[in-house]
Amino acid sequence: MITLEINGARHELDADPAMPLLWALRDLAGLTGTKYGCGKGLCGACTIHLDGAPARACVTPLAAAVGRRITTIEGLSPDGSHPVQRAWTELDVVQCGYCQSGQIMAAAALLADTPIPTDAQIDAAMDGNLCRCGTYQRIRAAVKRASELLEAPR
Amino acid sequence: MSARRPGEESARASRRMFLVGSGVIATGLLVPWYFAARRGPAAGDFAAARGPGLSANAFVHVAPDDTVTVWLPKSEMGQGIYTSLAQILGEELDVDPRRIRIEFAPVDAAYYYPGMPMQFTGGSMSTNTSYEPLRRAGATARAMLLAAAARRWGVASASLGTDDGQVFGGGQRAKYGELAQDAGALSPPRNVVLKDPANFRYIGRPLRRLDSAPKVTGRARFGIDVMRSDMAHAAIARAPAFGGTVRSVDDRAARAVAGVLDVQLITAGVAVLATNTWAAQRGRDALVIDWAPGAGADLSLDALRTRYQALLRGAGQVAKSSGDASAAIAGAARSLDVEYELPYLAHACMEPLNCVAHVTGEGCEIWTGTQMQTTDRAAAAALLGIAPEKVQIHTTFLGGGFGRRGNPRADFVLEAVELARAAGRPVKVTWTREDDMRGGWYRPFGLSRVRAAVNGEGRPVAWHHTIATQPVLRGSPFESLIPAGEPDPTVAEGAADMVWSIPNLHVDVHEASSPVPVQWWRSVGHSHTGFVVNGVLDELAQLGGRDPLELRRELLAGKPRHLAVLNAAARRARWGQPLEPGHHLGIALHESFGSIVAQVAEVSVEGRSVRVHRVTCAIDCGFVVNPAGVIAQMESAVVFGLSAALYGEIGIERGGAVQSNFDDYRILRLSEMPFVDTLLVASDGPMGGVGEPGVPPVAAAVVNAIFAATGKRIRRLPIASAL
Repeated sequence: MITLEINGARHELDADPAMPLLWALRDLAGLTGTKYGCGKGLCGACTIHLDGAPARACVTPLAAAVGRRITTIEGLSPDGSHPVQRAWTELDVVQCGYCQSGQIMAAAALLADTPIPTDAQIDAAMDGNLCRCGTYQRIRAAVKRASELLEAPR
Repeated sequence: MSARRPGEESARASRRMFLVGSGVIATGLLVPWYFAARRGPAAGDFAAARGPGLSANAFVHVAPDDTVTVWLPKSEMGQGIYTSLAQILGEELDVDPRRIRIEFAPVDAAYYYPGMPMQFTGGSMSTNTSYEPLRRAGATARAMLLAAAARRWGVASASLGTDDGQVFGGGQRAKYGELAQDAGALSPPRNVVLKDPANFRYIGRPLRRLDSAPKVTGRARFGIDVMRSDMAHAAIARAPAFGGTVRSVDDRAARAVAGVLDVQLITAGVAVLATNTWAAQRGRDALVIDWAPGAGADLSLDALRTRYQALLRGAGQVAKSSGDASAAIAGAARSLDVEYELPYLAHACMEPLNCVAHVTGEGCEIWTGTQMQTTDRAAAAALLGIAPEKVQIHTTFLGGGFGRRGNPRADFVLEAVELARAAGRPVKVTWTREDDMRGGWYRPFGLSRVRAAVNGEGRPVAWHHTIATQPVLRGSPFESLIPAGEPDPTVAEGAADMVWSIPNLHVDVHEASSPVPVQWWRSVGHSHTGFVVNGVLDELAQLGGRDPLELRRELLAGKPRHLAVLNAAARRARWGQPLEPGHHLGIALHESFGSIVAQVAEVSVEGRSVRVHRVTCAIDCGFVVNPAGVIAQMESAVVFGLSAALYGEIGIERGGAVQSNFDDYRILRLSEMPFVDTLLVASDGPMGGVGEPGVPPVAAAVVNAIFAATGKRIRRLPIASAL
């Protein structure tokens, strides 16, 4: 048995410690918001937070996630009200939506670290998250909008 | 235990190794399932299935608790149809689309295209073909609610009005939900009056996407997210070369992997079933398979190119001939003879292909993100030998489609059904990225030879255009759309009917074949011809000493819609005005799917590195339902087209695809994203498509800008390999 802390809750999983976190989240814990895109850390669709830092769940073995805080898209906010999610909705970022969990987790990690990012910082932080529908232009704008929402009094 | 054929008793399959004669497995699959599709069942009875309230038709239901539900006849793959169809129906029903609950429709004749007995999503025609039916559906429900209120209040229906989900009049007011039960007892009126567009509240105004909430929270359910109780996860080992088959398999190591439940031989290859996806993939990696190479095992792209080049030297089937192009070229002042090449391309949807199927004695249930429900169902029914009505398809959100999820052979659906039948339990087949990338059904590789000429004033007078490529309609469920004796129209579309006035135009087509399976890819044949035609036009401008924009204007004389689009893009992009040092412009215009799109690319080139800074995109798609959706689709099409133009390429070696994942099949990244500036050019033209028409001009606009920057003419994509 492997014990993981996912979105603040303890999960006991009967799994091989070498299993990538992605498949444990999706198939064993039923948290399907984290997506499979490439299996090799090339596309960012599986981006989650490990102790608040962005990580690719498809190349993170369970053994490396034990004892760490795992946050998935389901745990980013209880009701979709995280500033990144609000900015994404306001600016109509999503299209097919498949890569967006990873995009949003990458953006949230960036802003937690750098609340007012420069264009170059946005490009650098988001460059590993591929989107086939071409939502990049709105992602850039929505990261900035989320930064404003973070700064504004709630 | 060892792998076994579907239906074979396990006792008979206890050999450790076995041999399979090639072709045996395929028996029973090659049935004419399209004919079954034509005999599809009539529209179902929705009222019974949808419970109390008003079920006016297949599209809409009003429940007594005031919930309004719309069933989408189209699949949502990012193009925003989820939003615009609710917008259309909400307009006539008079309910704010943001309050409408949206469901994906089951497979049913009620959801066929008008005049085409098929439920599918493609051809950039969801909005324009659904517009009237959904307006009528909403107006019918509204009329029934008005009639119910009129009866209840003892007044004439005409004295009542509606306001966002309520009927009012004569001092009374009622929510639709309060009237739903009474309205449901009435007969739908035969004729309804549609709104005067001058009174539209929602149609024609930008509406934010209605699927953002599930998609920003991870709640949106894609096919890959479907879970069923007792479901097995499967990975399938597929032949390394197209057309290959299993000669023998040793599955001992695979069965030893923890979590592996079973190994099955199916038509698509060798399937490993497991308790989770990772175990299935590891089990698959442990299979030792001896593959019998198929007919295409020696195929390379170089060999195919040589074959197509030979075809280009001869005359093909004529798609268009006006005037006498050959004679005009022979007698012209200056002429050119050039060859263009476009590669095979993968759709590379971010969600790899997948399908969940469950086959029982009662029938079959399928959960997947598909673009082609009717033919998928017919194929599954034929495979199982049951009536199509016994097959249910639950359409999910699609993590990208671009044409791939409407497979003419239902490939990703059939294999799951075949495996689920063998397994006797629900099965989810998840393709790895490598499976998806190497699995074929690409945008066809194609060559074009163009001979063309200008007169002494530099005006193009003749164009002889020969194309060699694999057709996509031929052999598909849509083959009947090809007029008898004519070439597949998707090959020459955009060339045979080019918008440019050329007095002597000849377009002919060689329908080639290869073991590499092909299908429609966002904008289909236009993805070839938009590039070739606009590239050659720039070459003719150069040949005749003309400005590329001026020449295009001249060749669009008498076409005010096209000219307006061209001029809007050029003006906004500051054509002919000073730019930043090192920046250069290229322009292209193409009409497809009933819409006209012009794009101007602003690029800079350093060595072999191209940077696209800005793409100005003007579109005239006629009447617009959701302007916000059109703008998003233009941005999307530009990125999709740029990925293809700059990097997209599936090579073929030893009969299989060379590329396998996003490291060798690059797509545009955020740091490479140009600013896309979209202009909607208003017109009174008929409603055109939006999902595809933004793709065809992109590559040409970029290549023409590279020529302006460097003097180098690129005739072969992708640019990264040609520069």
